[in-house]
Amino acid sequence: MACGKDGEQDPRIGGIAASIRVVPDFPKKGIMFQDITTLLLDPKAFKNTVDLFVERYIGKDVSVVAGIEARGFIFGPPIALAIGAKFVPLRKPRKLPGEVISEKYVLEYGTDCLEMHVGAVQSGDRALVVDDLIATGGTLCAAMNLLERAGAEVIECACVIELPELKGREKLNGKPLYVLVESR
Amino acid sequence: MAVCEDKEQDPRIRRIASSIRVVPDFPKKGIMFQDITTLLLDPKAFKDTADLFVERYTGKGISVVAGVEARGFIFGPPIALAIGAKFIPLRKPRKLPGEVISENYVLEYGTDCLQMHVGAVQPGERALVVDDLIATGGTLCAAISLLERAGAEVVECACVIELPELKGREKLNGKPLYILMESH
Repeated sequence: MACGKDGEQDPRIGGIAASIRVVPDFPKKGIMFQDITTLLLDPKAFKNTVDLFVERYIGKDVSVVAGIEARGFIFGPPIALAIGAKFVPLRKPRKLPGEVISEKYVLEYGTDCLEMHVGAVQSGDRALVVDDLIATGGTLCAAMNLLERAGAEVIECACVIELPELKGREKLNGKPLYVLVESR
Repeated sequence: MAVCEDKEQDPRIRRIASSIRVVPDFPKKGIMFQDITTLLLDPKAFKDTADLFVERYTGKGISVVAGVEARGFIFGPPIALAIGAKFIPLRKPRKLPGEVISENYVLEYGTDCLQMHVGAVQPGERALVVDDLIATGGTLCAAISLLERAGAEVVECACVIELPELKGREKLNGKPLYILMESH
């Protein structure tokens, strides 16, 4: 069950953690899937989630929020809108029209690929990467690489949930990670 | 280039329309693809887009905003958050964990399928369906069907862009459609 991080926990975190549903054996046997759709069904929990991120990043001169397809598209835009940043979707192959740059990454079996539009970010942009969850960190690592290859500075990665036992944090090239809840 | 609809046009609409990029021959030759990612790169245009929808739906007793994967995930949540509604992702097959209901719909070649979680909506709830664009209306029609099968009342469909020549409006079972701009 998802639980909040240690230390002085913001009172909103308990409600957020409790709103996340764990679905066993999805997408395959043995995986306890952290389902954030139930968080989205709770307007207060969803608002608190966004507020926690916005409070952290407002006034920090963040010019880009990059969200990872598809659940990063749910959490990223409200943050971008509130802090006045651009929203940049990072997508699976062949979804973005026009010129893109691609970054491959390793899965348990095989590889996958993330794409970003050429020209979406510039040197001087300060970027956040947003996704619902960090597991092994492979996808977030690919996301950071795309932004850095385009000249942006990645300030932080922000996720609702971390699975700390998968050590994704170590894949982030030393970039900080901010999460609201951990699930063990 | 995207064209604006009403004579009494909100001044924000012009900026929104001009922020949308048309990419020729994507995903295949002959299609002029309406690319909203450039809108998302303009924080004022993106905020204005969200505000126009929020102004229309605030105080109308809407308890559900359903967004169609994936670009509906970008526009739907900010509306849901602002009006205090639940956000429900309507997804391609096998993405939602747990029990789902499915609705098939027809593509130019073949069929596709949209899914919604069982229990996401209750009978009597008032729902919006949100996507970036309406073309033939097939996807929106499937979305309406899912919500109605679960007992919700679909109040309106909301899109940024309509391609009126494709007559998607006629596929909505008489449900109203609200759009910010047309593209011919």
